[in-house]
Amino acid sequence: MCLGVPGQVVEVNGLVASVDFWGVRREVRLDIVDQPVEPGDYILNHVGFAIRKIPAEEIEETLALYEELLQAAESDMMSADVHGELEATAPEGDGHD
Amino acid sequence: MTSVGTSKISGQAKELKFRDPAQARALSARLAGLCDEIGRESVQVMHVCGSHEQAIARYGLRAVLPKTLDLIMGPGCPVCVTDMPEVDEAVVLAVDGALIATYGDMVRVPGTAKSLADAASEGARVEVVYSASQAVELARSCEAEVVFFATGFETTAVATAAIVLQDDLPPNFSILSAHKYVPPAMEIVARIPETRVEGFLAAGHAATITGWGLFEDFVDRYGLPVVVAGFEPLDILAGLVRLVELIRDGQAKVENMYPRCVTREGNTVAQDQMWRVFRTASGMWRGIADIPNGNLRLREEFAHLDARARFDIDTRRLRAHVPSKLTERCICGTIMSGLALPTDCELFGKECDPENPVGACMVSSEGTCKIWHQYGGHPEL
Ligand code: SF4
Repeated sequence: MCLGVPGQVVEVNGLVASVDFWGVRREVRLDIVDQPVEPGDYILNHVGFAIRKIPAEEIEETLALYEELLQAAESDMMSADVHGELEATAPEGDGHD
Repeated sequence: MTSVGTSKISGQAKELKFRDPAQARALSARLAGLCDEIGRESVQVMHVCGSHEQAIARYGLRAVLPKTLDLIMGPGCPVCVTDMPEVDEAVVLAVDGALIATYGDMVRVPGTAKSLADAASEGARVEVVYSASQAVELARSCEAEVVFFATGFETTAVATAAIVLQDDLPPNFSILSAHKYVPPAMEIVARIPETRVEGFLAAGHAATITGWGLFEDFVDRYGLPVVVAGFEPLDILAGLVRLVELIRDGQAKVENMYPRCVTREGNTVAQDQMWRVFRTASGMWRGIADIPNGNLRLREEFAHLDARARFDIDTRRLRAHVPSKLTERCICGTIMSGLALPTDCELFGKECDPENPVGACMVSSEGTCKIWHQYGGHPEL
Protein backbone atom coordinates (compact mmCIF):
# COMPACT_ATOMS: atom_id res chain seq x y z
CA MET A 1 0.00 0.00 0.00
CA CYS A 2 3.01 2.29 -0.18
CA LEU A 3 4.18 1.94 -3.73
CA GLY A 4 2.40 3.98 -6.40
CA VAL A 5 2.60 3.04 -10.09
CA PRO A 6 3.29 5.45 -12.98
CA GLY A 7 1.30 5.59 -16.20
CA GLN A 8 0.80 7.90 -19.18
CA VAL A 9 -2.36 9.95 -19.56
CA VAL A 10 -4.19 9.38 -22.85
CA GLU A 11 -7.38 11.31 -22.28
CA VAL A 12 -8.90 13.53 -19.62
CA ASN A 13 -12.64 13.69 -18.90
CA GLY A 14 -13.33 15.96 -15.97
CA LEU A 15 -12.02 14.22 -12.88
CA VAL A 16 -11.25 10.95 -14.64
CA ALA A 17 -8.24 10.25 -16.83
CA SER A 18 -7.75 7.36 -19.17
CA VAL A 19 -4.21 6.20 -18.46
CA ASP A 20 -1.93 3.78 -20.29
CA PHE A 21 0.00 1.39 -18.06
CA TRP A 22 2.36 -0.60 -20.24
CA GLY A 23 -0.27 -1.08 -22.94
CA VAL A 24 -3.24 -1.52 -20.61
CA ARG A 25 -5.76 1.33 -20.47
CA ARG A 26 -7.31 2.05 -17.11
CA GLU A 27 -9.25 4.92 -15.54
CA VAL A 28 -7.61 6.92 -12.80
CA ARG A 29 -9.32 9.60 -10.71
CA LEU A 30 -7.86 13.10 -10.66
CA ASP A 31 -9.57 14.41 -7.49
CA ILE A 32 -6.38 14.82 -5.49
CA VAL A 33 -3.61 15.51 -8.00
CA ASP A 34 -2.32 19.04 -7.43
CA GLN A 35 -1.32 20.01 -10.95
CA PRO A 36 -3.24 20.23 -14.22
CA VAL A 37 -2.92 16.94 -16.11
CA GLU A 38 -3.02 16.66 -19.89
CA PRO A 39 -2.71 13.84 -22.43
CA GLY A 40 0.94 12.85 -22.68
CA ASP A 41 1.72 13.58 -19.02
CA TYR A 42 2.84 10.84 -16.67
CA ILE A 43 1.07 10.44 -13.34
CA LEU A 44 1.73 8.31 -10.28
CA ASN A 45 -1.33 6.18 -9.54
CA HIS A 46 -2.00 5.04 -5.99
CA VAL A 47 -5.11 3.00 -5.14
CA GLY A 48 -6.93 4.42 -8.14
CA PHE A 49 -6.02 8.07 -7.68
CA ALA A 50 -3.31 10.14 -9.34
CA ILE A 51 -1.23 11.51 -6.46
CA ARG A 52 1.48 13.25 -8.50
CA LYS A 53 2.31 14.46 -11.99
CA ILE A 54 5.81 13.16 -12.68
CA PRO A 55 8.14 15.78 -14.21
CA ALA A 56 8.88 14.93 -17.87
CA GLU A 57 12.65 14.73 -17.37
CA GLU A 58 12.28 12.13 -14.64
CA ILE A 59 10.09 9.63 -16.39
CA GLU A 60 12.65 7.22 -17.73
CA GLU A 61 14.29 6.80 -14.36
CA THR A 62 10.93 6.29 -12.69
CA LEU A 63 9.74 3.62 -15.11
CA ALA A 64 12.78 1.35 -14.93
CA LEU A 65 11.98 -0.21 -11.55
CA TYR A 66 8.45 -1.09 -12.61
CA GLU A 67 9.48 -2.63 -15.88
CA GLU A 68 11.68 -5.03 -14.01
CA LEU A 69 8.97 -5.75 -11.44
CA LEU A 70 6.27 -6.36 -14.02
CA GLN A 71 8.45 -8.95 -15.71
CA ALA A 72 9.00 -10.81 -12.47
CA ALA A 73 7.27 -14.06 -11.60
CA GLU A 74 3.69 -13.74 -10.44
CA SER A 75 4.60 -15.20 -7.07
CA ASP A 76 6.97 -12.31 -6.42
CA MET A 77 5.41 -10.25 -3.66
CA MET A 78 6.59 -6.83 -4.76
CA SER A 79 5.45 -7.54 -8.30
CA ALA A 80 2.07 -8.68 -6.95
CA ASP A 81 1.71 -5.37 -5.09
CA VAL A 82 2.39 -3.47 -8.32
CA HIS A 83 -0.24 -5.56 -10.13
CA GLY A 84 -2.60 -4.82 -7.22
CA GLU A 85 -2.12 -1.10 -7.84
CA LEU A 86 -3.28 -1.62 -11.41
CA GLU A 87 -6.30 -3.59 -10.19
CA ALA A 88 -7.19 -0.53 -8.13
CA THR A 89 -7.87 1.47 -11.30
CA ALA A 90 -11.17 1.06 -13.11
CA PRO A 91 -11.34 -0.68 -16.48
CA GLU A 92 -12.29 1.82 -19.15
CA GLY A 93 -15.93 2.81 -19.34
CA ASP A 94 -16.63 1.94 -15.71
CA GLY A 95 -16.23 5.46 -14.42
CA HIS A 96 -19.12 7.32 -12.88
CA ASP A 97 -18.42 10.78 -14.23
CA MET B 1 21.00 -5.56 -16.64
CA THR B 2 24.11 -6.87 -14.99
CA SER B 3 24.75 -7.90 -11.47
CA VAL B 4 27.19 -6.33 -9.06
CA GLY B 5 27.37 -9.18 -6.67
CA THR B 6 25.40 -11.98 -5.19
CA SER B 7 23.76 -11.73 -1.83
CA LYS B 8 24.29 -14.60 0.50
CA ILE B 9 20.60 -14.88 1.09
CA SER B 10 19.13 -18.25 0.32
CA GLY B 11 15.61 -18.88 -0.88
CA GLN B 12 14.06 -16.67 -3.51
CA ALA B 13 16.43 -13.74 -3.15
CA LYS B 14 17.82 -12.57 -6.41
CA GLU B 15 21.14 -11.55 -7.69
CA LEU B 16 21.53 -7.87 -7.12
CA LYS B 17 20.19 -6.09 -10.12
CA PHE B 18 20.91 -2.46 -10.72
CA ARG B 19 20.45 -0.38 -13.81
CA ASP B 20 23.85 1.09 -13.15
CA PRO B 21 26.08 -1.42 -11.37
CA ALA B 22 29.04 0.96 -11.28
CA GLN B 23 26.96 3.51 -9.43
CA ALA B 24 25.72 0.85 -7.01
CA ARG B 25 29.29 -0.21 -6.30
CA ALA B 26 30.34 3.38 -5.75
CA LEU B 27 27.47 4.00 -3.32
CA SER B 28 28.25 0.82 -1.44
CA ALA B 29 31.95 1.79 -1.16
CA ARG B 30 30.96 5.29 -0.05
CA LEU B 31 28.81 3.82 2.73
CA ALA B 32 31.66 1.62 3.89
CA GLY B 33 33.98 4.66 3.98
CA LEU B 34 31.47 6.70 5.96
CA CYS B 35 30.94 3.96 8.53
CA ASP B 36 34.73 3.64 8.91
CA GLU B 37 34.94 7.37 9.53
CA ILE B 38 32.25 7.13 12.18
CA GLY B 39 34.27 4.28 13.60
CA ARG B 40 31.61 2.88 15.90
CA GLU B 41 30.65 -0.74 16.32
CA SER B 42 27.22 -0.12 14.91
CA VAL B 43 25.13 2.65 13.42
CA GLN B 44 21.43 1.94 13.32
CA VAL B 45 19.00 3.55 10.91
CA MET B 46 15.30 2.85 10.51
CA HIS B 47 12.97 3.01 7.54
CA VAL B 48 9.21 3.09 7.99
CA CYS B 49 7.81 1.64 4.81
CA GLY B 50 6.80 -1.85 3.73
CA SER B 51 7.72 -1.14 0.12
CA HIS B 52 11.21 -0.10 1.21
CA GLU B 53 11.61 -3.38 3.09
CA GLN B 54 10.37 -5.31 0.06
CA ALA B 55 12.95 -3.64 -2.17
CA ILE B 56 15.73 -4.04 0.42
CA ALA B 57 15.01 -7.74 0.88
CA ARG B 58 14.21 -8.45 -2.76
CA TYR B 59 17.41 -6.96 -4.08
CA GLY B 60 19.48 -8.25 -1.17
CA LEU B 61 20.60 -4.72 -0.33
CA ARG B 62 21.70 -5.59 3.20
CA ALA B 63 24.42 -7.73 1.68
CA VAL B 64 26.12 -4.67 0.17
CA LEU B 65 25.88 -2.56 3.32
CA PRO B 66 28.87 -2.30 5.64
CA LYS B 67 28.65 -4.71 8.57
CA THR B 68 28.43 -1.85 11.02
CA LEU B 69 25.37 -0.31 9.34
CA ASP B 70 22.24 -1.75 10.81
CA LEU B 71 19.18 -1.03 8.62
CA ILE B 72 15.91 -1.98 10.27
CA MET B 73 12.22 -1.63 9.50
CA GLY B 74 10.01 0.24 11.95
CA PRO B 75 6.23 0.57 12.10
CA GLY B 76 5.82 0.82 8.33
CA CYS B 77 3.18 -1.81 7.73
CA PRO B 78 -0.32 -0.37 8.11
CA VAL B 79 -1.98 -3.78 8.16
CA CYS B 80 0.35 -4.92 10.94
CA VAL B 81 -0.36 -1.93 13.18
CA THR B 82 -4.13 -2.21 12.85
CA ASP B 83 -5.13 -3.09 16.38
CA MET B 84 -7.10 -6.21 17.29
CA PRO B 85 -10.12 -4.23 18.58
CA GLU B 86 -10.29 -2.48 15.19
CA VAL B 87 -10.40 -5.87 13.44
CA ASP B 88 -13.01 -6.88 16.03
CA GLU B 89 -15.21 -3.97 14.98
CA ALA B 90 -15.11 -5.13 11.36
CA VAL B 91 -15.75 -8.74 12.40
CA VAL B 92 -18.79 -7.78 14.51
CA LEU B 93 -20.23 -5.70 11.67
CA ALA B 94 -19.72 -8.62 9.29
CA VAL B 95 -21.27 -11.13 11.69
CA ASP B 96 -24.25 -8.78 12.14
CA GLY B 97 -24.91 -8.82 8.41
CA ALA B 98 -22.97 -5.95 6.83
CA LEU B 99 -20.83 -6.61 3.78
CA ILE B 100 -17.26 -5.69 4.68
CA ALA B 101 -15.10 -4.43 1.83
CA THR B 102 -11.41 -4.10 2.59
CA TYR B 103 -7.88 -4.30 1.20
CA GLY B 104 -6.72 -7.88 0.65
CA ASP B 105 -4.15 -8.20 3.41
CA MET B 106 -6.70 -7.19 6.06
CA VAL B 107 -8.83 -10.27 5.55
CA ARG B 108 -6.53 -12.70 7.31
CA VAL B 109 -5.31 -10.41 10.10
CA PRO B 110 -6.34 -11.93 13.43
CA GLY B 111 -8.69 -10.01 15.69
CA THR B 112 -9.24 -10.86 19.33
CA ALA B 113 -11.31 -13.91 18.52
CA LYS B 114 -11.18 -14.25 14.75
CA SER B 115 -10.18 -12.70 11.47
CA LEU B 116 -12.52 -11.50 8.74
CA ALA B 117 -11.58 -14.67 6.84
CA ASP B 118 -12.81 -16.74 9.79
CA ALA B 119 -16.04 -14.75 9.85
CA ALA B 120 -16.43 -15.28 6.09
CA SER B 121 -15.98 -19.02 6.45
CA GLU B 122 -18.85 -18.92 8.94
CA GLY B 123 -21.09 -17.18 6.42
CA ALA B 124 -20.33 -13.48 6.81
CA ARG B 125 -19.83 -11.42 3.64
CA VAL B 126 -16.31 -10.09 3.15
CA GLU B 127 -15.06 -8.74 -0.19
CA VAL B 128 -11.53 -7.77 -1.16
CA VAL B 129 -11.26 -4.42 -2.94
CA TYR B 130 -8.20 -2.65 -4.32
CA SER B 131 -9.59 0.83 -3.90
CA ALA B 132 -12.17 2.85 -2.01
CA SER B 133 -13.97 3.45 -5.32
CA GLN B 134 -14.51 -0.29 -5.72
CA ALA B 135 -16.13 -0.41 -2.28
CA VAL B 136 -18.54 2.31 -3.42
CA GLU B 137 -19.30 0.34 -6.59
CA LEU B 138 -20.10 -2.69 -4.46
CA ALA B 139 -22.59 -0.66 -2.45
CA ARG B 140 -24.21 0.59 -5.66
CA SER B 141 -24.60 -2.95 -6.92
CA CYS B 142 -26.28 -4.48 -3.86
CA GLU B 143 -28.88 -3.90 -1.18
CA ALA B 144 -26.71 -4.77 1.81
CA GLU B 145 -25.04 -2.23 4.06
CA VAL B 146 -21.51 -2.04 2.67
CA VAL B 147 -18.85 -0.99 5.17
CA PHE B 148 -15.44 -0.07 3.78
CA PHE B 149 -12.89 -1.14 6.40
CA ALA B 150 -10.35 1.53 5.48
CA THR B 151 -6.74 0.92 6.44
CA GLY B 152 -3.39 2.36 5.50
CA PHE B 153 -1.29 5.44 6.02
CA GLU B 154 -1.55 8.87 4.43
CA THR B 155 -1.34 7.48 0.90
CA THR B 156 -4.58 5.51 1.19
CA ALA B 157 -6.23 7.95 3.62
CA VAL B 158 -6.25 10.64 0.92
CA ALA B 159 -8.07 8.24 -1.42
CA THR B 160 -10.69 7.52 1.26
CA ALA B 161 -11.03 11.27 1.82
CA ALA B 162 -11.62 11.92 -1.88
CA ILE B 163 -14.40 9.32 -1.83
CA VAL B 164 -16.02 10.85 1.25
CA LEU B 165 -16.12 14.20 -0.51
CA GLN B 166 -17.98 12.82 -3.54
CA ASP B 167 -21.57 13.92 -3.47
CA ASP B 168 -23.33 10.92 -5.00
CA LEU B 169 -22.47 8.16 -2.54
CA PRO B 170 -25.07 5.39 -2.20
CA PRO B 171 -27.02 5.46 1.10
CA ASN B 172 -25.91 1.93 2.06
CA PHE B 173 -22.20 2.88 2.08
CA SER B 174 -20.18 3.70 5.17
CA ILE B 175 -16.59 3.70 6.37
CA LEU B 176 -14.86 2.07 9.33
CA SER B 177 -11.62 4.03 9.48
CA ALA B 178 -8.51 2.33 10.81
CA HIS B 179 -6.27 4.76 8.91
CA LYS B 180 -3.02 5.59 10.66
CA TYR B 181 -0.87 8.72 10.59
CA VAL B 182 2.87 7.98 10.53
CA PRO B 183 4.70 11.02 12.01
CA PRO B 184 3.49 10.50 15.62
CA ALA B 185 4.63 6.86 15.45
CA MET B 186 8.13 7.96 14.44
CA GLU B 187 8.17 10.13 17.56
CA ILE B 188 7.19 7.22 19.78
CA VAL B 189 9.94 5.05 18.32
CA ALA B 190 12.47 7.85 18.74
CA ARG B 191 11.46 8.13 22.39
CA ILE B 192 11.73 4.43 23.29
CA PRO B 193 14.51 4.35 25.91
CA GLU B 194 16.22 1.26 24.44
CA THR B 195 16.18 2.62 20.91
CA ARG B 196 19.46 3.00 19.09
CA VAL B 197 17.99 4.56 15.95
CA GLU B 198 20.18 7.44 14.76
CA GLY B 199 18.30 8.44 11.65
CA PHE B 200 15.20 7.72 9.58
CA LEU B 201 14.71 6.90 5.93
CA ALA B 202 11.25 8.26 5.08
CA ALA B 203 8.98 6.68 2.47
CA GLY B 204 8.92 8.43 -0.87
CA HIS B 205 5.30 8.03 -1.83
CA ALA B 206 3.86 8.96 1.57
CA ALA B 207 6.05 12.06 1.44
CA THR B 208 4.69 12.75 -2.06
CA ILE B 209 1.46 13.54 -0.24
CA THR B 210 2.72 15.10 3.01
CA GLY B 211 5.80 16.88 1.65
CA TRP B 212 9.24 16.61 3.24
CA GLY B 213 8.66 19.78 5.22
CA LEU B 214 6.45 17.71 7.52
CA PHE B 215 9.53 16.13 9.07
CA GLU B 216 11.20 19.42 10.03
CA ASP B 217 9.33 19.58 13.29
CA PHE B 218 10.31 16.02 14.18
CA VAL B 219 13.96 16.70 13.38
CA ASP B 220 13.94 19.81 15.59
CA ARG B 221 12.42 17.96 18.50
CA TYR B 222 14.40 14.74 18.41
CA GLY B 223 17.67 15.83 16.85
CA LEU B 224 17.64 12.93 14.40
CA PRO B 225 18.15 13.33 10.65
CA VAL B 226 15.48 12.23 8.16
CA VAL B 227 16.14 11.46 4.49
CA VAL B 228 13.29 10.92 2.02
CA ALA B 229 14.15 8.13 -0.43
CA GLY B 230 12.61 6.44 -3.46
CA PHE B 231 12.12 2.73 -4.05
CA GLU B 232 14.69 1.70 -6.61
CA PRO B 233 17.71 -0.07 -5.16
CA LEU B 234 19.86 2.87 -6.23
CA ASP B 235 17.43 5.36 -4.67
CA ILE B 236 17.64 3.51 -1.39
CA LEU B 237 21.44 3.30 -1.42
CA ALA B 238 21.73 6.98 -2.30
CA GLY B 239 19.32 7.84 0.52
CA LEU B 240 21.39 5.79 2.96
CA VAL B 241 24.61 7.50 1.91
CA ARG B 242 23.08 10.91 2.60
CA LEU B 243 21.63 9.74 5.91
CA VAL B 244 24.93 8.30 7.15
CA GLU B 245 26.71 11.50 6.07
CA LEU B 246 24.31 13.50 8.22
CA ILE B 247 24.90 11.12 11.13
CA ARG B 248 28.65 11.44 10.74
CA ASP B 249 28.40 15.22 10.71
CA GLY B 250 26.03 15.28 13.66
CA GLN B 251 23.58 17.23 11.51
CA ALA B 252 19.91 16.91 12.33
CA LYS B 253 18.03 17.99 9.22
CA VAL B 254 15.65 16.76 6.54
CA GLU B 255 17.00 15.97 3.10
CA ASN B 256 14.97 15.08 0.06
CA MET B 257 16.69 12.45 -2.08
CA TYR B 258 13.56 11.78 -4.13
CA PRO B 259 12.88 15.15 -5.76
CA ARG B 260 11.23 13.55 -8.78
CA CYS B 261 8.21 12.75 -6.62
CA VAL B 262 8.57 14.76 -3.42
CA THR B 263 8.44 18.50 -2.81
CA ARG B 264 8.69 20.45 0.43
CA GLU B 265 4.96 21.25 0.54
CA GLY B 266 3.80 17.92 -0.86
CA ASN B 267 0.44 17.55 -2.53
CA THR B 268 -1.57 20.29 -0.84
CA VAL B 269 -4.81 19.44 -2.63
CA ALA B 270 -4.64 15.91 -1.19
CA GLN B 271 -3.67 17.19 2.26
CA ASP B 272 -6.59 19.65 2.30
CA GLN B 273 -9.03 16.87 1.46
CA MET B 274 -7.49 14.55 4.03
CA TRP B 275 -7.78 17.09 6.86
CA ARG B 276 -11.26 18.18 5.80
CA VAL B 277 -12.41 14.58 6.23
CA PHE B 278 -10.24 13.25 9.05
CA ARG B 279 -9.13 14.34 12.50
CA THR B 280 -6.39 12.65 14.48
CA ALA B 281 -7.22 10.51 17.49
CA SER B 282 -5.04 8.70 19.96
CA GLY B 283 -5.06 4.95 20.12
CA MET B 284 -3.13 1.72 20.06
CA TRP B 285 -0.90 0.68 17.24
CA ARG B 286 -0.99 -3.08 17.52
CA GLY B 287 1.75 -4.39 19.75
CA ILE B 288 3.66 -1.09 19.80
CA ALA B 289 2.10 1.58 21.99
CA ASP B 290 -0.76 3.96 22.46
CA ILE B 291 0.18 6.58 19.89
CA PRO B 292 -1.10 10.10 20.53
CA ASN B 293 -2.73 11.41 17.34
CA GLY B 294 -1.65 8.29 15.45
CA ASN B 295 -5.12 7.38 14.16
CA LEU B 296 -7.30 9.08 11.58
CA ARG B 297 -11.02 9.19 12.34
CA LEU B 298 -13.85 10.72 10.32
CA ARG B 299 -14.84 14.19 11.47
CA GLU B 300 -18.21 14.78 13.09
CA GLU B 301 -19.76 16.31 9.96
CA PHE B 302 -19.30 12.99 8.16
CA ALA B 303 -21.01 10.97 10.90
CA HIS B 304 -23.59 9.78 8.35
CA LEU B 305 -20.75 7.94 6.59
CA ASP B 306 -19.04 6.77 9.77
CA ALA B 307 -19.81 3.14 10.58
CA ARG B 308 -18.99 3.85 14.24
CA ALA B 309 -21.74 6.47 14.38
CA ARG B 310 -24.19 4.56 12.22
CA PHE B 311 -24.09 1.20 13.91
CA ASP B 312 -23.94 0.04 17.47
CA ILE B 313 -20.69 -1.94 17.30
CA ASP B 314 -20.44 -3.97 20.46
CA THR B 315 -17.19 -5.92 20.39
CA ARG B 316 -17.38 -7.03 24.03
CA ARG B 317 -18.78 -10.40 23.07
CA LEU B 318 -15.48 -11.15 21.28
CA ARG B 319 -13.27 -10.02 24.14
CA ALA B 320 -14.06 -13.02 26.31
CA HIS B 321 -11.99 -15.02 23.86
CA VAL B 322 -8.65 -16.17 25.24
CA PRO B 323 -5.83 -15.67 22.77
CA SER B 324 -3.99 -18.80 21.75
CA LYS B 325 -0.68 -19.61 23.39
CA LEU B 326 1.04 -19.07 20.04
CA THR B 327 -0.35 -15.55 19.67
CA GLU B 328 1.09 -14.66 23.03
CA ARG B 329 4.56 -15.53 21.80
CA CYS B 330 4.34 -13.25 18.72
CA ILE B 331 6.87 -10.39 18.95
CA CYS B 332 5.57 -8.40 15.98
CA GLY B 333 5.25 -5.22 18.05
CA THR B 334 8.82 -5.46 19.32
CA ILE B 335 10.02 -5.95 15.73
CA MET B 336 8.06 -2.90 14.54
CA SER B 337 9.53 -0.85 17.38
CA GLY B 338 12.97 -1.68 16.01
CA LEU B 339 14.04 -3.75 19.01
CA ALA B 340 14.04 -7.23 17.46
CA LEU B 341 14.30 -8.97 14.12
CA PRO B 342 11.91 -11.58 12.72
CA THR B 343 14.66 -14.15 13.19
CA ASP B 344 14.56 -13.38 16.92
CA CYS B 345 11.05 -14.85 17.04
CA GLU B 346 11.13 -18.52 17.93
CA LEU B 347 8.04 -19.13 15.78
CA PHE B 348 9.49 -17.55 12.61
CA GLY B 349 9.33 -20.03 9.73
CA LYS B 350 8.22 -22.78 12.09
CA GLU B 351 4.80 -22.43 13.72
CA CYS B 352 4.41 -19.11 11.89
CA ASP B 353 4.65 -18.87 8.11
CA PRO B 354 2.59 -17.18 5.36
CA GLU B 355 0.30 -20.24 5.11
CA ASN B 356 -0.42 -20.23 8.83
CA PRO B 357 0.39 -16.75 10.10
CA VAL B 358 0.37 -16.28 13.87
CA GLY B 359 0.89 -12.52 13.80
CA ALA B 360 -0.06 -9.70 11.42
CA CYS B 361 3.58 -9.22 10.34
CA MET B 362 3.40 -12.60 8.62
CA VAL B 363 0.07 -11.82 6.92
CA SER B 364 0.73 -8.60 5.08
CA SER B 365 2.94 -8.23 2.02
CA GLU B 366 4.32 -5.21 3.87
CA GLY B 367 5.02 -7.08 7.10
CA THR B 368 8.67 -7.63 7.94
CA CYS B 369 8.18 -11.30 8.84
CA LYS B 370 6.43 -12.12 5.58
CA ILE B 371 8.96 -10.17 3.51
CA TRP B 372 11.88 -11.92 5.18
CA HIS B 373 10.15 -15.26 4.79
CA GLN B 374 9.49 -14.73 1.09
CA TYR B 375 12.84 -13.27 0.17
CA GLY B 376 14.87 -15.62 2.29
CA GLY B 377 15.47 -13.74 5.50
CA HIS B 378 18.40 -11.78 6.69
CA PRO B 379 21.70 -12.36 4.95
CA GLU B 380 24.37 -14.05 7.02
CA LEU B 381 27.12 -11.49 6.83
S1 SF4 C 1 7.23 -14.70 12.94
FE1 SF4 C 1 5.03 -14.74 13.28
S2 SF4 C 1 4.78 -15.00 15.47
FE2 SF4 C 1 6.90 -14.34 15.12
S3 SF4 C 1 6.84 -12.11 15.29
FE3 SF4 C 1 6.57 -12.59 13.14
S4 SF4 C 1 4.35 -12.65 12.88
FE4 SF4 C 1 4.73 -12.81 15.10
